[in-house]
Amino acid sequence: MAIGTAPAPTAGNPAAPVYAVHHKRRFKRPDFLHLYTLLLMAYLVIPIAVMVLFGFNNTHGRYNLAWQGFTLKWYRNLFAIGQLTGALKVSLYLAVLVMVVTTVMGTLMAYAIHRYKFFGKGFLNVILVMNISSSSVVIGASLLSLFVAWNVALGQFTIFAAQVMFSIPYAVITVRARLAVLDPAIEEAAQDLGARPIVTFFTVTLPQLLPGIMGAAALAFALSIDDFVTTSFVSGTTLTFPLWVYGSTREGTPPQVNVIGTLIFGIGLVVAVLSGIIKERRDKARLRLING
Amino acid sequence: MTITAETPISGEVQPPKLHPAVRRRRIKQRFTIVGLLVPGGAWLALFFIAPIATLVILSLSTGNVGLGWHLTYTWSNFSQSITSYGPEFLHSFEFGTAATIVALLVSYPAAYWIAFYGGQRKTSYLLVILLPFYVSQLIRTISWQFILADQGIFLTPLKAIHLLPQNFHILATPWAVIGGLTYAQVPYMLLPIFAALERIDRSYVEAAKDLYASKWEAVRRVVLPLSTPGIFAGVLLVFISAVGDYVNEVILGGTGTGVIGNVINSQFFVNMNYPFAAALSLVLMVALLILVIIYSRALGTEDLMGGGTY
Repeated sequence: MAIGTAPAPTAGNPAAPVYAVHHKRRFKRPDFLHLYTLLLMAYLVIPIAVMVLFGFNNTHGRYNLAWQGFTLKWYRNLFAIGQLTGALKVSLYLAVLVMVVTTVMGTLMAYAIHRYKFFGKGFLNVILVMNISSSSVVIGASLLSLFVAWNVALGQFTIFAAQVMFSIPYAVITVRARLAVLDPAIEEAAQDLGARPIVTFFTVTLPQLLPGIMGAAALAFALSIDDFVTTSFVSGTTLTFPLWVYGSTREGTPPQVNVIGTLIFGIGLVVAVLSGIIKERRDKARLRLING
Repeated sequence: MTITAETPISGEVQPPKLHPAVRRRRIKQRFTIVGLLVPGGAWLALFFIAPIATLVILSLSTGNVGLGWHLTYTWSNFSQSITSYGPEFLHSFEFGTAATIVALLVSYPAAYWIAFYGGQRKTSYLLVILLPFYVSQLIRTISWQFILADQGIFLTPLKAIHLLPQNFHILATPWAVIGGLTYAQVPYMLLPIFAALERIDRSYVEAAKDLYASKWEAVRRVVLPLSTPGIFAGVLLVFISAVGDYVNEVILGGTGTGVIGNVINSQFFVNMNYPFAAALSLVLMVALLILVIIYSRALGTEDLMGGGTY
């Protein structure tokens, strides 16, 4: 096995990072682990490629099983299935709502946990961990029991309540991770200069926290729009995009589902790549600033 | 006990008198904390703690949808859960365990290679690993159903060159379910392991090599032990979600691969036997909880979420 093909740094260049040395040698002989990693990536990408490809499949009728030539008609007729379009709208609307509410609640909670000592902090942490490590079936079942016991009508509100609930811990973790790397001296400096805590929070802490908050928002949006199990328990007759897709598997999933999946994938990817590029540029600019 | 100037003779410690301004600030701070915690905390109390309490009460009740339920402390729901759906519980834990082990074995080498030899392309590699997150899990599972279909794009060519018998199939077998579960979980396994590997100080590995450890020995005795927090988090995350999953089973499985998640679902929505469904959910929850506690006691004191207090 070719684990660690990089040689130990030579005496002439003791500080060279291991991977830099490896980089030069990579072309000399094929690296088993490198090949393996590429294969794993292919495995992860195959079903996505199939989804994208069969959105262009020129099928007739509902069955989308064998390749029958290239077409763009499913992109033109994207909204031809009224119920699917409706479900997608519900999903998008809920995802935005869940994203906003979860991000606000999660950020406030993360700030409190990070900044202050209070009674019941340990308990709160236990609840957050329990929440994140609960099976979605159990979460769905317990929420359904609650809503039935209280005679709450199942629908968009109950889906919203459930999705915010299971997204909060993820938002807290994401924001806390960012808070952990912030320098508390900057906050203290603001307060020493006479800023009230609330002013400090909005003008000093919040801007620094922004990457964490954005991450939490993206996560909450993704968790909401993709959730099937918990949502299926508390949806009543409301259909979200995953619920509609699940229902369609019995009689064949129409190509429009592939197209919607492809579009969501494309948008997500563009956002991820752009934010990566922006981050890289900003880091480089900062480096230049420091180095003069 | 040392007697200091502040200690009253009576032994009773009196609260120190604070300056009014300090006291005002403390009270204000308390209001701030409450204000920060109430929105999220109330939401969790209402929609996480209260539902689980309701689930417990419901599991011990009798009644039906029309007449409502009454708490009668009927424990038979629990014994019936095990006796009636033992095989489904077993399947869930078998599939979950298998998928977790395979996902770990598949992910670790790749996480290792990216963390140690990814070089400048590290971010790009990670982006590819994370691509599945941008596609609905349901659509990915349906994609696998399509790929693995009896006359599908994977089996047809293999059957055409007689590498496989004509009646060979993957769908509707436990292997398809385990494969689907593994696929869904690989990124969740790889990510925490990668994060742990990234944190390892590279000079430890160099030190091992300076001390004449072979490459393999350096990995086994330095890298692997130092990456256990990542393995721990990944396994936990993957196992819990794989055991409870039933979407994979419904789409990729067949007769004889039934899992408990689907039983709970149909007890709620088909049989409308809410107390029994509640008991089944609780058995699943407690079984998972016990396994997780045993596992974390056995494997590590490492925290789950990276924060010291978790």
